[in-house]
Amino acid sequence: MNVTEVAKSSFYAKVLEATPQGERLRLCLECGNCSGICPFGYLMLYPPSRMIAMMRADRIGKVLETDTVWMCVSCYACTAACPSKIPLTPGLMTSIKEELLLAGNVPAELHSALQNSQRYGNPLGESPRKRADWTLGIQPEVKVMAKIKQPVDVLWFVGDYASYHPRVQSATKALARVLNALGVDFGILGPDESSDGDSQRLAGERGLFEMLAEKNGKVFSKYQFNKIITADPHAYNAIKNEYPLQGIRYPVQHYTEYLAERIDQLKLLMKQQIKAKVAYHDPCYLGRANGIFDQPRALLCAIPGVELVEMTHNHTNSLCCGGGGGGMWLDGFQWEKAHVRLSDWRVREAMSAGAEILTVACPYETPRFEDAAKTMPGADKLKVRDIAELLAESMGV
Amino acid sequence: MNIVVLVKLVPDLVEELTIDASGAALDLTFARWIINEFDDHALEQGILIKEKSGGTVTVLAPDLEGADDVLFTAAAKGVDRLIKIKGEFSAMNNHALSRVFASAIQGLQADLILTGVQAHNDLDGSAGPLLAECLQMPYVGYVSGVSTNDGKVAVRKEYPGGLLAEMEVTLPAVLGIQAAEQPPRYVAVSKVRQTMKTATIEEQDASDPDPCGGPTIGRMFQPEATAHAEMITGSPEEVSRKLVDLFKELGVL
Repeated sequence: MNVTEVAKSSFYAKVLEATPQGERLRLCLECGNCSGICPFGYLMLYPPSRMIAMMRADRIGKVLETDTVWMCVSCYACTAACPSKIPLTPGLMTSIKEELLLAGNVPAELHSALQNSQRYGNPLGESPRKRADWTLGIQPEVKVMAKIKQPVDVLWFVGDYASYHPRVQSATKALARVLNALGVDFGILGPDESSDGDSQRLAGERGLFEMLAEKNGKVFSKYQFNKIITADPHAYNAIKNEYPLQGIRYPVQHYTEYLAERIDQLKLLMKQQIKAKVAYHDPCYLGRANGIFDQPRALLCAIPGVELVEMTHNHTNSLCCGGGGGGMWLDGFQWEKAHVRLSDWRVREAMSAGAEILTVACPYETPRFEDAAKTMPGADKLKVRDIAELLAESMGV
Repeated sequence: MNIVVLVKLVPDLVEELTIDASGAALDLTFARWIINEFDDHALEQGILIKEKSGGTVTVLAPDLEGADDVLFTAAAKGVDRLIKIKGEFSAMNNHALSRVFASAIQGLQADLILTGVQAHNDLDGSAGPLLAECLQMPYVGYVSGVSTNDGKVAVRKEYPGGLLAEMEVTLPAVLGIQAAEQPPRYVAVSKVRQTMKTATIEEQDASDPDPCGGPTIGRMFQPEATAHAEMITGSPEEVSRKLVDLFKELGVL
């Protein structure tokens, strides 16, 4: 089948539409790097390279009859490893999930997260009115934009898990205290905020993503601020790379970027020693997808007593926690297929690197790694901390 | 076969329930209305029957906030006809609602009427049997499987203790669905949005709702704590001694 014939296939058109670099699909060498590096590639009937071969043979329909594509955690490992620079994650894998979703070939487990996102604006199914409840007790009080009715310097997009998940809330509160200690003029959206929609998009629900982006875009335009910061790499990725395609344009920084710019001020405030070997896990959508590797490490190295150790997989080669691309909502499905969790793998690496603390910078990761550490023999002493929690601890706030 | 599905919208329990100033009703000022979970199963079952044996599916929903979304989502899943019944439904009891539904159904020549077996706000019995009585049709509740055959349906009814019965029902009939044969399907937002552009919602005015037969509510209140558990503390020896004394006091030993 020649290139023109491939272009005729509607799926190919969809991939082209999904990403500006979609036409690079034609440049696939069938080297198989993508399928080899994919953490779940060995379980997929059609890992990326084979899926491209099926497209070329005009047999994509066969792929749509299978469900192993749902093992894809959208971690960008394939995209990073591709010598032809094909946007495999945002183009191929996300488009095939969209097709599966439209055809109704969706694991039942995913339904509720998507339904909840539609209904409540968060995948956890929590009341949108309670989105700012985590702020209770923080002093000075965290400003909610709808209440203060005045401009702020920084709008903090808190995100779903950071707002609602009991474990992650502790990291969220730590970041609030750090920002307060730095005297940052910031506000949050509270009940006005909806899910950023990035993981829903990567799980194939583009329509839902657009709906959520639209809602957030409207809310952003109601208030005055200079920039957005967020602790959620998925929110960061969405606001930085995807929202502009919907006409929603705001400067955005991950909190590690924002704080790294204020590292001298932070150093003066960090008095308490944290004497420990610390490993840092690069979140897929902070590191591999958006190139932020140094700022989180710089923050950790600035904490007195911290000795940074690298795990075998680090920087671009980092592992995935298993929560991306809908993985956060497919634990049962993925366990059934794999009988292994990606977070276990990571915790094992942290142990062999001699780390006492595994640090993260993404709200998906603290609970995932903590759960893995609880069940992994010998890992019960490994602490899992968000960078913000360590900063707050050293600052004594 | 003409399949009609009745959908109730109920207050979403994700928000805390509060009682209004009268002390005898819920404060529904800020209620978020969602499709009753069992009605969602009834809807799925209706679509499954249509997919297997043909026919048309009509959905009726009361005009509460969110009804349009429920109806368009149903259309995106494969429902043919959408009817919204206009009226004041937020505080309507099931006796009145069933009469309203019954009169709306009169003109639809329904062969099979499906509704959820129950809802969390059924204070006066579930709507299915009330409706069947209004329409003088047979009713089977707790149904978890339906197959159609030549003007009759075979249903699977669940009994307590893990018992199942298979029975044949002559049509027209009303079924109270406990669970559809598969979980309610997910339909992509883009599909729903597309449907909003093409599908139409018909509107019908509710006949004068007659609530008689339902209960009069004297007082509505949160469960009140009456007795508290007593914690027995001390060393294992002390605790066991106290326990033995307690058992003796209660006449167990």
